[in-house]
Amino acid sequence: MKRLLSLHAGLVFAFLYLPILVIVALSFNQSRFGVRFTGFTLEWYARLFSNERILEYLTNTLIVAVVSTAVSTLLGTLLAVGLVRYEFRLKSALRYLLYVPVVVPDVVMGISLLLLFDVVRDAIGWPRLSLFTIILAHISFQIAYVTLVVRARLVLLDPTLEEAAKDLGATSWQTFREVTLPLIMPGVVAGALLAFSLSLDDFVITFFTAGSGSTTLPLYIYSSVKLGIRPEIHALSTLMVGATILVILLGVLFWKKR
Amino acid sequence: MREAATPAQRLRRVLLTVGPGAFWLVLFVLVPTLIVLVVSLMSRGSLGQPVPPFGLHNYVRFFSDPLFLEIIGRSLWIGFWSTLLVMLLGYPLAFYIAQSRYKEVLLLLVVIPFFTNFLIRVYAWIVVFQKEGLLNALITAFGLPPGEFLPSTLAVYVATVYTYLPFFVLPLYAAVERIDWSLLEAAYDLGARPVRAFFEAIFPQTLPGLLAGFLLVFIPAVGTFVIADLLGGGKVTLVGNLIQLQFGSAQNWAFGSAASMVLMAMVLLGLWLYARTQGERGLDRLV
Repeated sequence: MKRLLSLHAGLVFAFLYLPILVIVALSFNQSRFGVRFTGFTLEWYARLFSNERILEYLTNTLIVAVVSTAVSTLLGTLLAVGLVRYEFRLKSALRYLLYVPVVVPDVVMGISLLLLFDVVRDAIGWPRLSLFTIILAHISFQIAYVTLVVRARLVLLDPTLEEAAKDLGATSWQTFREVTLPLIMPGVVAGALLAFSLSLDDFVITFFTAGSGSTTLPLYIYSSVKLGIRPEIHALSTLMVGATILVILLGVLFWKKR
Repeated sequence: MREAATPAQRLRRVLLTVGPGAFWLVLFVLVPTLIVLVVSLMSRGSLGQPVPPFGLHNYVRFFSDPLFLEIIGRSLWIGFWSTLLVMLLGYPLAFYIAQSRYKEVLLLLVVIPFFTNFLIRVYAWIVVFQKEGLLNALITAFGLPPGEFLPSTLAVYVATVYTYLPFFVLPLYAAVERIDWSLLEAAYDLGARPVRAFFEAIFPQTLPGLLAGFLLVFIPAVGTFVIADLLGGGKVTLVGNLIQLQFGSAQNWAFGSAASMVLMAMVLLGLWLYARTQGERGLDRLV
């Protein structure tokens, strides 16, 4: 039984990594077509870096991810605090609204935001589809994830700590800043990291809310793939996988230290 | 002694914490959904834009044309079997990881593809399945004639399973970690055979994680358009492709909105059934 389980696990991991490894290998392959390895080359990486647009797409991707993560982390953290600490009307309606971006298929969320921007633009002539609309769209799905991650941390918090602070004369704001926030910080950081990676990963919602001049890396990969495979995309994919692994390892080191 | 907050103070605190986020969700989630609903009741203008008159004609067209019913059926069918395959691959894997000495490393190995860009993961299968790809290289190495695997339903299945497998393994792993193994020993002590002991003592404990994992894979698998677009190219049309097409080259936003509402209704129905059996804590497991 144990052996069967190990064999199964081995095959599943092979399945998970084989396609990625093929891309990595091909990014160093001299042959432009096919999978036969004809020799080592860095030509595709050189071509990738000589394409000035790539830098622009990378910058766009990072601008969207950084700005949307900052806003959604702030809004989501506050939302989680309010949901856990206070009772108010329509609270359960708000909780259900929070699950909508998590469960609704990307394509539906994408077209609904496209329609919203279109309706508003018809009315007041603004905003045209751009990095700005992509950022608005990303915040809209990130908020839910940040809120739910921070809330999971908040409900574990001992409420007597906050009561003690208030008994010692701290105002609500002081209590939040000096007691609550430091205690939920790991949750806030985890929520922000999740929001950031969701933004980097997103293709579908970006696809519907992007305009000309706001191409991100996933949009670029999509259009290149549609035009036919190019070894430069192998190189770009390899670099992105490498960056992903690096960030995950840094994250693991960060958590281990704490 | 601190004084209890007055109603005005309480209202201010609620507005300061919940207010901005709630405002955002209403403006960018609730309102757009209502717009989709309204547009789905409109007609196609000369440029594809939605115009009056209002009516149920888009829904009538959707449900009376076998082509669209077939698309819905295919989306559910491919989504269901992909999810089942994901579960068959992922369920034993979660147990293996939980019992391994190297579980941290193995978890990391699941997390890396999870966070690898979605498009790259789909693209990788093009490299495998294309005419001069890995699969045909292997086939011809055995002296067999190469096959045509792109576009194909097979490629769509494989890429769907591949893409969503980590989504399933991670929540299930969390469930396996919490298993109370003493129940298994109790079952053995009572004379149960291994298979029965597993299904009576262990399987029920993983059921909540299994259900959450099912939804986490099934919903995006039914709603995806990228996988079928890149690997099924024109041959495999799912409801997501239909929606994208209506908002893209077909230029019929009203009909695309109706198709979106149908997809959303299916998702909400599934969630409602799930929430009825699993309660609100079940919904939390979906994150």
